[in-house]
Amino acid sequence: MANFQTVEVKTDLLILGGGFSACGVATEAAYWAKKKGLKVTLVDKAALDRSGAVAMGLSAINQYVGVRDGENTCEDYVRYVRNDLMGVSREDLVYNIARHVDSTVHLFEKWGLKIWTDEAGKYVHEGRWQLMINGESYKIIIAEAAKNAIADAGGEIFERVFIVEPLLDGNKCVGAVGFSTREEKIYVFKAKATVATMGGAVHVFRPRSVGEGFGRSWYPPFNTGSSAYFTIKAGAEMTCQEVRFIPVRFKDAYGPVGAWFLLFKSRAISAEGGEYMAVRKDELNNWAPYGLAKPIPANLRNYLGMLDVDAGLGPLYMETSEAIGKIADAYKDDPKAFKKKMKELESEAWEDFLDMTISQAHLWAGQNVKPEEKHSEIAACEPYFIGSHSGASGAWVSGPEDMATPYKWGYANMCTVEGLFAAGDASGASSHKFSSGSHAEGRIVGKAAIKYIVEKGAEPKIDAAKVDAVKAKILAPLDRYQEFCKLTTAPEINPNYLLWRQFMDRLQKIMDEYAGGVTAAFKTSKSNLNRAMELFVFLKEDSEKLAAADIYSLERCWENIQRMWQGEAHVRTMLFREETRWPGYYFRADTPKMDDKNWHCFANCRWNPANGEWEMMKRDIWNIPGV
Amino acid sequence: MPSFVFAEKCDGCKGQDKTACMYICPNDLMVLDKEKMKAFNRDPSMCWECQCCVKICPQQAMDVRGYSDFIPLGASCVPLRGSQDIMWTIKFRDGSIKRFKFPIRTNAEGTADPLGGYATHDDLNSQALATEPASLGLKAVPSI
Repeated sequence: MANFQTVEVKTDLLILGGGFSACGVATEAAYWAKKKGLKVTLVDKAALDRSGAVAMGLSAINQYVGVRDGENTCEDYVRYVRNDLMGVSREDLVYNIARHVDSTVHLFEKWGLKIWTDEAGKYVHEGRWQLMINGESYKIIIAEAAKNAIADAGGEIFERVFIVEPLLDGNKCVGAVGFSTREEKIYVFKAKATVATMGGAVHVFRPRSVGEGFGRSWYPPFNTGSSAYFTIKAGAEMTCQEVRFIPVRFKDAYGPVGAWFLLFKSRAISAEGGEYMAVRKDELNNWAPYGLAKPIPANLRNYLGMLDVDAGLGPLYMETSEAIGKIADAYKDDPKAFKKKMKELESEAWEDFLDMTISQAHLWAGQNVKPEEKHSEIAACEPYFIGSHSGASGAWVSGPEDMATPYKWGYANMCTVEGLFAAGDASGASSHKFSSGSHAEGRIVGKAAIKYIVEKGAEPKIDAAKVDAVKAKILAPLDRYQEFCKLTTAPEINPNYLLWRQFMDRLQKIMDEYAGGVTAAFKTSKSNLNRAMELFVFLKEDSEKLAAADIYSLERCWENIQRMWQGEAHVRTMLFREETRWPGYYFRADTPKMDDKNWHCFANCRWNPANGEWEMMKRDIWNIPGV
Repeated sequence: MPSFVFAEKCDGCKGQDKTACMYICPNDLMVLDKEKMKAFNRDPSMCWECQCCVKICPQQAMDVRGYSDFIPLGASCVPLRGSQDIMWTIKFRDGSIKRFKFPIRTNAEGTADPLGGYATHDDLNSQALATEPASLGLKAVPSI
């Protein structure tokens, strides 16, 4: 076995991940841990300042309820999420996040985030729930508060440590094992409670750009399914694994469209000039009652555009010049005010990209696009696993203690595995939390996990033999490479192993072609999914033939094993749900209609660590009474 | 080659154990070639073009050449990030230039107070998080 040093770290609370939800956990948990004399440890695979989905920045906060000013109620938010997810959401979780998210946003402002305000000092809304920000340093600011909180509580932060496996004691999580991406060190973390906040999954499906632009995914390529893998391997029940998300964005560079649709009131049209949301309005009746709700669910907006593309009416365009022209019209009699407004709009439009998707600004500059002069192409991206946005995949977690629901078996956001909590992209069926809601959910977990430790936290019982087995398994790709690499003259072609990129290409080919990726026009069927499962058998076997020449390749090997498990959970759950409920995310051609009688429910799954078997189950949907 | 390093400008962060770009890259792509004392992007196809490396480079030795799959040559988006704002210079393929300046934070680096100056409490059993209800601007945490 590769000769890595083993570093053991004992802690009370172990936070895995470094993004918004992890920072939320850290900030809140540190406050309570300090009072109770407990230790908080955070482990990030990158640098906390720029890790996670907000590494580049953001141009908007997408969840702010505005309860303080009477703008909306938490119940309003629950109704919005219910409709957007076609009736399938954990309303207790959505409500819980909604009632805490405003305080998260107010804290962000105190921490130094510039939220746009009007002359009266009120937040400038992009849409009903969205606030405009100057967010280039959004992550740096939120990480700073987390770092300050952990330092104040005497906790510890490990950067560049990549977590792979959970440590289990029966149905209880007692820590995690990972490795340094910089040094030859294996880390064994032993904890009384563990939080999975390692983000969603990208590159499970083949992206549209497959050359150098492979990395230009909408969600970041470093979100590799670590949360899903960790919770699945711990034996946690998972939910909404079929509810992937496909964003429609400016084509190829995937720049945000929110400001264009919501702030600038832009229209989207086909190449023939038809506005698909108007032309295909009648289609929405087929998806009632959700299709008739306002706003129209994101997946149905996607779907109407996809119907245009299927009919050969593409490319689709965002009418940027028309939108800017309309706004500017109001100033046309005052040349000075007109010039000022145009300059303001130009700056806002470019900042929207530069704050969060710099490539889109680069693409516009490379194609000499001036949005006030001509429209720009939009398209559906490839599928992503992102429980924090309009997808819903994640772990099935216990609900808030003060609500009478069928979903309570432990502390808030605890998985079905004791001592293991999940937040952000790691917790499912609580969509539309975005950056602010993920942080708020992290704060909820931070307090709940400390309460769990105070009331039930026991010294973690660790089986040393199991730890050794996990270490050997993690390092196996390094050993395999050394064993076989000299057999051939070119180490990348070898009959005894696969390198990570070769393995990833195979995974993406299966997902893309059989599980409803871009080249399958987001369509799949029972037969296609069964074929994917047949090919997964070989893929899983070959995952044990991965080889790594160095630590960097080892990191990539494990990221792709994580992606494979996310992919398998997805395929199994699409197979299980015999209907089409989110046609703009995936369309099951053999069951093309929504079947509320049989499938207005959660589709959950669990991989059993004891025997390696998967189990599929339905779970009831509970609605908040009167909402 | 998404993010790249100008050979002449890079000084390998003067032989420290890691360069600034290695420290910050969220996808672990930047590496220091210790013989040449120059950093490089080891896998451009895994680069998100987030420009975290470009913004942090003390030598301004880094830039991005847009993805060859779909970005025509000749354009650039060059940031100059200060402690309070960021200045962007956008160069178009046709040679025209736009410049924008945006604020990045409202206070000094390092000063974020986790509790935001809000009143806190000691009740581990309530639904109120550490700074609530004060940070909500309400008298109590909403419930159904």
